[in-house]
Formats: sequence, structure tokens, C-alpha cells
Amino acid sequence: MLPKAEIAHWLFAAGFLFFGLVLLAEAVVGTEVFRRRAWRACLWPGLALLAGAWLWVIAIFSTFSTLHLLAHSVWAQAATAAGGVQLAVVRGRLTSQYWSLVTAAALLVSGASFLVHEQNGWLFARSAFLHHLIGWTLVVAAIFPVGAALRPRRAVWAYGLAATWVAIAVMLFSDRDIAPIFGHLSDLAGGGP
Amino acid sequence: MNELVTPRAQPADEPRVARKGLRVLAIEGIGPLTVLGGIVWAIAQPYRVTFFYPDGKAFWDWAVQPPLLAVLVGLLFSLVVAPGLVDDIEREHGDAAEG
Repeated sequence: MLPKAEIAHWLFAAGFLFFGLVLLAEAVVGTEVFRRRAWRACLWPGLALLAGAWLWVIAIFSTFSTLHLLAHSVWAQAATAAGGVQLAVVRGRLTSQYWSLVTAAALLVSGASFLVHEQNGWLFARSAFLHHLIGWTLVVAAIFPVGAALRPRRAVWAYGLAATWVAIAVMLFSDRDIAPIFGHLSDLAGGGP
Repeated sequence: MNELVTPRAQPADEPRVARKGLRVLAIEGIGPLTVLGGIVWAIAQPYRVTFFYPDGKAFWDWAVQPPLLAVLVGLLFSLVVAPGLVDDIEREHGDAAEG
């Protein structure tokens, strides 16, 4: 009854797509208007904490491989930390703009975790390609919260972070457990006769 | 005042009205565009929608159909997030006009 990995990835893709749309909406209307309603202010940290909780559940079921167990645990920890800090920010407990560096660290660590736990090359299979692509996307996207910490008035950081999560959603929606990438699938990946 | 000379407040307000209109349009457009994306995706890759190819499919194939998830996310945004945001943009605009 346990779903295949690709099913879990598609569910996360849907969650990240909604997360991206919420961030995009906040970028469009501005933080002041977006946080006028308490439930809306808590959406971003709430979704991050929810993702963290679900990633912990998935980590529990990732015992087939130590690397996957560690990777899912790192993502769960990163999402929980970023969500927790952001919740304190929107509730006014933390006021410094530099707290967005925690989000940057979470993205950086999550991206590195993707890159480290993928043992195969880019064109081994579609899942390997997506691991590399998502990993580097997250590493590069860490620049957006860093920018928000150093130059908080510029809207480009908010738009960049929103676009990142929409892109991550598209990548996760493209994932299949066994599928070729650009017409290539290694025999070792299950593509052989 | 005539057709060549207008009150100063009128043209000064125009950019703000246009900006408010653009923001409302963007917020109201995000959800429908996402729904449209999901529908186009379902047409482009019908094999990813279990309803079109039901033979031999298990519970999770019925529960999780990626193009329909995208449609669902667009609907969720349109129905839950967008209306309140549009109200707040208009309220902010009203406050600014009164102030």
C-alpha cells in the first residue's frame, strides 16, 4: 500500500507549486498587504513546517538506503528550521532582516544534499538528471534570501524565491522512478532488456 | 478648468490606479493560469491522467494524477488565497486615497 517514490515526489510537487504561488502573490502585493491577515502571514512558515513534518515521515520509510535516509532527514531538518524561524519572524518574535539567512542556509544544505546523495551522472536516467538539476537550482537559489537579508527593499529576491519553487515543482512533476532523459537510459538504471 | 487644463489630482492618481489594477489582475490571474497549465498538460500527456487509461491502475494512480494536482493547486489558490488578497489591495488603495 506504500506509494512508489514518484507518487510521493508528485505530491511534494503539488505542495511546492502552491508554496511558489503563495510566495509569488506575496511578491506581487508586498509583504505589508500580504501579512494583513494572520492566517496568510503564517502560510509560508506553516507550509515549510508541514513539508518538514512529511519529510520526517518519508525519512522513516527511507531505510532502504543510508544515503536516502540521511538526505531526507537533512531536507526535513532544513524545512523545519526555515519554517520555525520564519514563523517567529511573522509573529514579531524575531525582527532582524538577517534571519532570512537561515532560509538561505536551508536551501544551500538541501541543494548540497541532493547533489551528494546522487551517485550517478547527469544522463544516467531522468531521476539522476533531476537530482543534479534540483540540487544546483537550490544551491543557486540560496542567493535570493541572502539578497533579501542584505538589500531587503528589492522585490527581485521575493520573485526569485517564488520562481525557484515553481521551477522545483515542475522538476518534481517530471520525475519518474525509471525513465529516460533526452532518449538515454543506462542499462544499469533498469533500461536494459 | 477646460479640456486642456485638468485638476492636478486626476493625472497624479492615474499611475496608482493602474498599478493597483495590475496587481489585482496578477493576483486574479495566477490561479486560472495554473489551472490552464494543468489542462494543457493533461491534453499534451493524457497517459498521465488515470481517467483516460484506467486499466490495471492501483489506488495511488487514481489518488495522484499530476496534471489534476496542478489544476487542484490553481483552484485552491483562486478560491482561498486570491479573494482576500484582492480585498486587501482595494482596501489599501481606499486608505491611501482617503489619506
